[in-house]
Amino acid sequence: MHETFYDVMRRQGITRRSFLKYCSLAAGALGLSPAFAPKIAHAMETKPRIPVLWLHGLECTCCSESFIRSAHPLAKDVILSMISLDYDDTLMAAAGEQAEAIIEETIEKYDGNYILAVEGNAPLDEDGMYCIIGGKPFVEQLKHAAEHARAIISWGSCASWGCVQAARPNPTRATPTHNVPGLADKPIIKVPGCPPISEVMTAVITYMLTFEQLPSLDNQGRPKMFYSQRIHDKCYRRPHFDAGQFVESFDDEGARRGYCLYKVGCKGPTTYNACSTVRWNGGLSFPIQAGHPCIGCSEDGFWDKGGFYERLSDVRGFGIEANADEIGKVAAAVVGGAAAIHAGVSVVKQITSKGDDA
Amino acid sequence: MVTLTTPNGYELDSSGRRIVVDPVTRIEGHMRCEVNLDENNIIRNAVSTGTMWRGLEVILKGRDPRDAWAFVQRICGVCTGTHALTSVRAVEDALNIDIPENANSIRNIMQLSLQVHDHLVHFYHLHALDWVNPVNALRADPRATSELQQRTSPHHPKSSPGYFQDVQTRIRRFVESGQLGPFKNGYWTNPAYLLPPEADLMAVTHYLEALDFQKEIMTVRTIFGGKDTHPNWLVGGVPCAINMDGEMAAGAPINMERLNYVRSVTERAITFVKNVYIPDVLAVAQYYKGWLYGGGLSSKNVMSYGDIPDRANDYSAGNLLMPRGAIINGNLSEVHPIDLRDPNEIQEFVPHSWYKYADEAVGLHPWDGVTEANFELGPNLIGSKTNIQQIDEGGKYSWIKAPRWKGHAMEVGPLARYIIGFAQGHEQITDQINGVLSALDVPVDALFSTLGRTAARALEAEWAAEQQLYFLDKLIANIKNGDTATANTTSFDPSTWPSEVQGVGFTEAPRGALGHWLKIKDTKIENYQCVVPTTWNGSPRDNEGNIGAFEASLMNTFVEVPEEPVEILRTLHSFDPCLACSTHVMSEDGEELADVKVR
Repeated sequence: MHETFYDVMRRQGITRRSFLKYCSLAAGALGLSPAFAPKIAHAMETKPRIPVLWLHGLECTCCSESFIRSAHPLAKDVILSMISLDYDDTLMAAAGEQAEAIIEETIEKYDGNYILAVEGNAPLDEDGMYCIIGGKPFVEQLKHAAEHARAIISWGSCASWGCVQAARPNPTRATPTHNVPGLADKPIIKVPGCPPISEVMTAVITYMLTFEQLPSLDNQGRPKMFYSQRIHDKCYRRPHFDAGQFVESFDDEGARRGYCLYKVGCKGPTTYNACSTVRWNGGLSFPIQAGHPCIGCSEDGFWDKGGFYERLSDVRGFGIEANADEIGKVAAAVVGGAAAIHAGVSVVKQITSKGDDA
Repeated sequence: MVTLTTPNGYELDSSGRRIVVDPVTRIEGHMRCEVNLDENNIIRNAVSTGTMWRGLEVILKGRDPRDAWAFVQRICGVCTGTHALTSVRAVEDALNIDIPENANSIRNIMQLSLQVHDHLVHFYHLHALDWVNPVNALRADPRATSELQQRTSPHHPKSSPGYFQDVQTRIRRFVESGQLGPFKNGYWTNPAYLLPPEADLMAVTHYLEALDFQKEIMTVRTIFGGKDTHPNWLVGGVPCAINMDGEMAAGAPINMERLNYVRSVTERAITFVKNVYIPDVLAVAQYYKGWLYGGGLSSKNVMSYGDIPDRANDYSAGNLLMPRGAIINGNLSEVHPIDLRDPNEIQEFVPHSWYKYADEAVGLHPWDGVTEANFELGPNLIGSKTNIQQIDEGGKYSWIKAPRWKGHAMEVGPLARYIIGFAQGHEQITDQINGVLSALDVPVDALFSTLGRTAARALEAEWAAEQQLYFLDKLIANIKNGDTATANTTSFDPSTWPSEVQGVGFTEAPRGALGHWLKIKDTKIENYQCVVPTTWNGSPRDNEGNIGAFEASLMNTFVEVPEEPVEILRTLHSFDPCLACSTHVMSEDGEELADVKVR
């Protein structure tokens, strides 16, 4: 028999009232109106747990670490009650042959009906032997598991874009999931970030379980619900940008007043993520609030887009409030029809925004 | 060669049955282990292989040294932040940058919170299943479990029979669902599991409590670093400016509300470690104290660089709250000083690593480190290049190099730190160790074991949580005295830098001694080398055939069921291996690709 999430909560002595409250919180986390709460409740009451194979290639495990920090829902409840995390070499009890056998068992039992979650990526050079699992190249395990999966989640910037090991000159030819040659043609949901926000990770899973469909994706394959806006668009320091109030150097008066970090290198204007809305670790803070410029960790190739403390030189993608930028009270000048901020010496020509294509 | 004696005193015999564990799970990164068992199922040869490699140092070449912390932080997301801290210290060392006192306190709080978090998650979520059998917990009597809980930890509020009944029911339903998730294919009928059902139920319950609680511990890093995993750091201090009483303090990184949050979390962390983690380790140890395998190098050679500078900018042993030094050949009466800058002390060897030196009989100091990939498998390999069935440890066999201190293979980590602190008469460490030895009624030699490693980690979590509060108080006292500085930016501009400098930074990562060495030329990184804890512990054989700490720890262990080698996992996990950390090293000349020969 399959037990549902609701069964489990009830058996733990959780009241129906608390359960429904949980569902409202889950709806909130998903950015949905409270009207969706009953729908989530219904799903939780009736669904068995979907098998998940969570593979690890070249990575640093920050995605798994982020995942277990999820505040709503708790990682515990995701693992015990929502999904069946049948393979995850960071958490699984089994090792060696017994671990590898699970992949085959899952394929046999749930062919076409499990989710493949990928953390990290596959190196293609050296016949794949820069990442060895069970004596064989990781890329083989990845392709085999993908062949029989229903859908693939590319966790984090490694699986989505390549991330740090794929930064110039990419010594191992580390390759993100969707670019692995010969990979089965399956839907791929990219959840980039280094790591992705905990509650974004669990919300993507919860959305799929609840609504029995993949989230709507933008043209780069990211869920629109979390990746359709730049950090800058909803940053709480945005009014200081518009007012021309900037941190000029760390720990100056502007830094203490929470002024805009654009001049010390903030990549918020070109980074699509939910950091300034969902925020991190249960909504507690996000990098800009803690005084450091956004380094753009959810963007493709962010390691190679110039220094983290060099200010963006081409910001035509400021986009939806382009006019506001153009009339920015100070430090802004309009050049050739594109709003370019001449804020100093930066010559980071390769930094361009992702444009308005999200 | 079937039998030989290593220079560091181990009799290796590879004639018996070979057991392969690949992947070794519940670690960070990827690792393989092979052992030979004799006819009595005793391990007589051990081979540990790092099975991943990313080449971060070559990626760092030519980059802005102020950015390096972000790159190297991605070496590891489990010990997140420790590489970043090591990196900013290395850059500050190279550029002679002093950081403000507040920055030192905040960095220490962040680093200490990592120790607490990492140790706690390691024990419950990576290591516990080597000692605890969740399936056996189904046989427990919830009332007896409640009594055990109240006896074990009288102050932990979650101890009623009904509470344990609920957890047990949840586990039962989980098991009965047929979807065992992470517990699938565990060795649940193996006689190596020794806990009674009630202790199993208590531990599994705390596995879940700890999974809920661990996310709180790291929120202090979200306050200071903006996010976790992978908070943000800054060369010259910390990025979080302080504004206690001025205009717009509410939107400032650090204000009264934020500091209160940190205090609240820290106090709860102390309570959790004292009421749950330490009592659980003692409870588990009570049943396993006859199982004292796994000591390996810990009774011989241990090393710690030390960490947690009390006052800012003083990295000498006397100012470090975590002990520093090296012990050789088990002589606890002498703790040797160590010098990370001395070319003759720390050196890395590669004759059994998948790298190439011009002369592999010599080792290289990290400032002069050369690393060139060379994926060459030994002549006695069974299988093929892309299907390794049995590795040949006579040849090259790991993506990990072999670092040595004055030629010695060393163990690093919490146990090493605690042995050194004990040897130095460090007051808190000595009290903690004596407390555990007397609670378990075991002699001091019991420290040198798998269990000793696991216990040292728990004690260190307790120590670290309390130190976190010390530095929070210190931070507040300093602010009260009128010092709100968090960053020294006088040398932040690269145009002020000398054309050629070099630096070294170190920390004690949760897993042990961590050092970064870098050279800066014309404001860019010329060379960057990391020697990390799992490079020390997971090292393969060196030029003289000395085995490393993982390998030594497995020697002479009895394995109950060779097909289910839980004893191997238990001992390897006691080191908390971090393979992404250990196997990322590469030379300045990364374009040169590996030479592959399968003979």
